[in-house]
Amino acid sequence: MNNPNASAISARAVRKSFGEHIVLNGVDLTVAEGTIFSLLGPNGAGKTTMVRILSTLIRADGGAIRVGGHDVASDPDAVRSLIGVTGQFSAVDNLLTGQENLQLMADLRHLGRNAGRCRIAELLERFELTDAANKPLSTYSGGMRRRLDLAMTLIGNPTVIFLDEPTTGLDPRSRRTMWQIIRELATDGVTILLTTQYLEEADQLADQVAVLDNGRIVAEGTPAELKRRMSGGHVQLHFAEPQSLRSAANMLPNATPDLDQLTLQVPGAGCVASLRHVLNELDGARIDVEHLSIHTPDLDDVFFAVTGHAPLEPAHQEEEALQR
Amino acid sequence: MSSLAYTVADSTTMLRRNLKHQLRYPSLTLMLAGFPIVFLLLFVYVLGGQLGRGLGGSGVPHGDRSAYLTYVVPGILIITVASAALGTAISVATDMTGGIIDRFRTMSIARAAVLIGHVIGSLLQTLVVLVLVVAVALAIGFRSTASALAWLATAGVLLLFAVALIWLSAALGLAAKSVETASNTPMFLTLLPFLSSGFVPTDTMPVGLRQFAEYEPFTPVTQTVRGLLTDNPIGTHAIVAVAWSAGIAIASYLWAVRLYNRRRAAGSN
Repeated sequence: MNNPNASAISARAVRKSFGEHIVLNGVDLTVAEGTIFSLLGPNGAGKTTMVRILSTLIRADGGAIRVGGHDVASDPDAVRSLIGVTGQFSAVDNLLTGQENLQLMADLRHLGRNAGRCRIAELLERFELTDAANKPLSTYSGGMRRRLDLAMTLIGNPTVIFLDEPTTGLDPRSRRTMWQIIRELATDGVTILLTTQYLEEADQLADQVAVLDNGRIVAEGTPAELKRRMSGGHVQLHFAEPQSLRSAANMLPNATPDLDQLTLQVPGAGCVASLRHVLNELDGARIDVEHLSIHTPDLDDVFFAVTGHAPLEPAHQEEEALQR
Repeated sequence: MSSLAYTVADSTTMLRRNLKHQLRYPSLTLMLAGFPIVFLLLFVYVLGGQLGRGLGGSGVPHGDRSAYLTYVVPGILIITVASAALGTAISVATDMTGGIIDRFRTMSIARAAVLIGHVIGSLLQTLVVLVLVVAVALAIGFRSTASALAWLATAGVLLLFAVALIWLSAALGLAAKSVETASNTPMFLTLLPFLSSGFVPTDTMPVGLRQFAEYEPFTPVTQTVRGLLTDNPIGTHAIVAVAWSAGIAIASYLWAVRLYNRRRAAGSN
């Protein structure tokens, strides 16, 4: 089950257009069994389209895709019997109770009366929904709906799970609960592909991250690898007057001064030894540093470096709307 | 399990789901029953006195309000079937615009199950509504000379016609982009009974309208039900009614399945 060489999901040169609009332009990705893979990208990058293709909802225009060893295009039913999908918008039946929603899934998975009942009780317990089980969904909070949604996905014990922005719109506490659940699933050997626009989420959960932008993978690696590409962070020195800034800039030729903000960005000074060295040198020259801040690289830096723009671009939202 | 067994099992699950919706939210069922009942009362008590006096010719006895009640009940039963079918478009469209349909599509379940669940659910709903309407008709004095067998045949003709209109409504619900559209497009189904022999004999209509009324599907179905309930000769109406019902049912079924599969392939909406 947990053979690290086996890939649960493999996609090669996946292309998809809606009319003239190219959404996916040759996407490759490989997800090893039992790992968490995060597809990171702004709204409109093509994340949802990729998940819809991998989960057999829509067909790609081109490319080869296998999920759990089965070809998505030629044997979608074999794929469907292995996967679970929790979309961006809750896929629950609002007119039923939580218990009835789970019963519906158990019936559609042909679990049988007793096995179904056990599994439902177990999932209600695990997702802290036992008390609300017989209440209508209109009384559920956003976090509860999302947990029920995931519980419905898990009824059939899927080996590959797709989570499309699983924590979008959740409060911080519900988000942490969801993260904990996702980690537990991976511990149980389930392969998880999740999309997110939150860099912190990918950083927290993923074994492997791919950054999707304008229909292409622009960077891929472990969160640590991606962060290492970012020259190791920087220290920002703040000065009270331009004269001190100029003197300091002369002493530290690698640094980038900003005369408007009266700051100096010193690259690679994130570790204690080099920071002490910089400060000693400035002290020796009697240059006053008003205060300083240390920036360790995070995925925001990665995102900016590989895509050339900030991670959130609401202007692209119309395209996601188009896909629905 | 064989694939047929899966289809039956999954369709039963979907039917159970739709029946739960109906039981939990009976307002839609009551609304679907309320419409024909209001029409029954309106036509009998407001218009019935005058319309009853006008009855006559082409085998319809000249009469009063109670004669009109006898005349109009088959028309009301047909409009009941038509209005109950509206519910299918609404429930199908509600499903298609919600997130749950995508969940169903990523599961390995029998392809036709979702639609079959809706159609059988609506058929049972129609049956309940028909019973309510007949009960009201009996309560206000409708009496039939029909035998038990004729009542059974009436139910058969009405339910076959219901199957046809429900599949048509399901297709219209699939074709609609929103629930609002879905609740409007099948409205013509409730208009057609008025342009038939349901409420007044067609020979009182102007020529063009009369021709339309005589050849549209609601007239033979109405005439068959009327013949069965009043013990009158039915002639070729029965075979025409069955042919129309079967034709509409098959064409609508094919259209609905095509729309459902195309939506699945396109994945949008």
